[in-house]
Amino acid sequence: MSRERLSPEPASGGPVAPAIETKPRAGWTRSHLLDLDDFTPGEMETVMETAGAMKEVLGREVPRVPALRGKTIITLFYEASTRTRASFELAGKALGADVINVAAGGSSVEKGESLIDTVRTLQAVGADVLIMRHPSSGAPYLVTRHVECSVINAGDGWHAHPTQALLDVYTMRAHLGELRGRRVVIVGDIAHSRVARSNIWGLAAAGAEVVLCAPPTLLPAGMRPGEPGPEEPLALPRVEVETNIERAIAGADVVMALRLQKERMQSGLLPSIREYATLYQVTEQRLALARPGALVMHPGPMNEGVEISPAVARSLQSVVDEQVANGVAVRMAVLYLMARGKLS
Amino acid sequence: MRGPRLLNGHVVLSADDIRRAIRRIAHEIVERNRGLEGLVLVGMRTRGVPLAQRLAAAIQEFEGAAVPVGTLDIGLYRDDIASLELRPHIQPTELPGDIDGKRVVLVDDVLYTGRSIRAALDALTDFGRPASIQLAVLVDRGHRELPIRPDYVGKNIPTSLHEEVEVCLEEADGRDEVRLVRGEGER
Repeated sequence: MSRERLSPEPASGGPVAPAIETKPRAGWTRSHLLDLDDFTPGEMETVMETAGAMKEVLGREVPRVPALRGKTIITLFYEASTRTRASFELAGKALGADVINVAAGGSSVEKGESLIDTVRTLQAVGADVLIMRHPSSGAPYLVTRHVECSVINAGDGWHAHPTQALLDVYTMRAHLGELRGRRVVIVGDIAHSRVARSNIWGLAAAGAEVVLCAPPTLLPAGMRPGEPGPEEPLALPRVEVETNIERAIAGADVVMALRLQKERMQSGLLPSIREYATLYQVTEQRLALARPGALVMHPGPMNEGVEISPAVARSLQSVVDEQVANGVAVRMAVLYLMARGKLS
Repeated sequence: MRGPRLLNGHVVLSADDIRRAIRRIAHEIVERNRGLEGLVLVGMRTRGVPLAQRLAAAIQEFEGAAVPVGTLDIGLYRDDIASLELRPHIQPTELPGDIDGKRVVLVDDVLYTGRSIRAALDALTDFGRPASIQLAVLVDRGHRELPIRPDYVGKNIPTSLHEEVEVCLEEADGRDEVRLVRGEGER
């Protein structure tokens, strides 16, 4: 191991500009990833750069490195999931870790074991990193008070889904480069979306301009037009809110549609799915108002014909499949950084 | 923090010394391999990369043919990530095509414990099965912890564990120089 140090930067206006990157990067001191609300631009940069290196690993004939050999990663899912759970499992395995999947159904949770008892048990069997999804907002925060291992939030209620937002930012940057000043429109059920909340924070850390578009009933309290502001200031960065989809999409660099959940109908927030589709579906006609070549994104699973038209979902502008593929690289980056933080 | 430490340091290789060492190693590589057939230079991040490029440029100059150059990041193969500073800086590995059956020359700036080289060997063998792997370093400072030896050395610099070798290269640091600096003695 060489012990050289970085030499001081050459004086400004010096004869030679450095041709290779040696600038010090922000460190990583985080042992849990629960939300992006306190994410710094430096941390965002570190995750993005590490994910780029992981993408290279995934492109190899044998996509596996020994970085986390001997580490145990446990996924604990209290809600259904295909892509997030599979993506975390692949990410852990590509880094050489042992990955164990625990689903609430079929585990002692069915016998009435509490969340805290369950996570303590998983720690006792040797978890270094615990990846959890839970229907209650804030559940992972509670867990961190009872375990020593790293906790990654893979979705908690309506609150946060940080790795989804990180993979969205990664996918946008892969196409658009620097996101500063880019217009990102999120269309759909913002009020009940952890994906939207984490993206608002993540995009803020990446410097993008965020536009939220939804019917007033599906906007978070305090963001609805004409409504007096909340007594407590909203715990979200400044965003633009627009209830008209044409105005929202005009000039957008990215259009992200969110999944409309059927239970929103039963709670009376929407008159009908057909009305929602008529007023808020991302269609080819509406997409034509965005910048040429604007990206179309969706966190999945898609309801084609509801929040997004089948033609748009399958268009060349859609990067939905890429989002899923990038999810593995981004989760590798997060796992690597977290397990590393825990070691040091 | 760097300022006062630099005052303690003394130059062990000047820009001219580095230039001559690279030219000599370039000749040695071609001589030992009897030409350029199947030769690939792989620089280890960070400062092995410009060194590999300079070796390739030198070979191009006197042999008139280009040698492929690659870049290797060993971050994901280290066995000592716990002791590294809080700078998890991993970048992609970029090799110039298939390395199966090739004669790979690994290039790094300083050879010390040998642990980076062990990691680099693991990384390289994940990409294929080279016919041979050789090692070129600008400075060998001793204190090996593994049975690893370099094939090409710019300069052997006997050091104590309390010293640090500081390599500056124009591409990264704006000037060419190797200094021996007194460190805190931690390892």
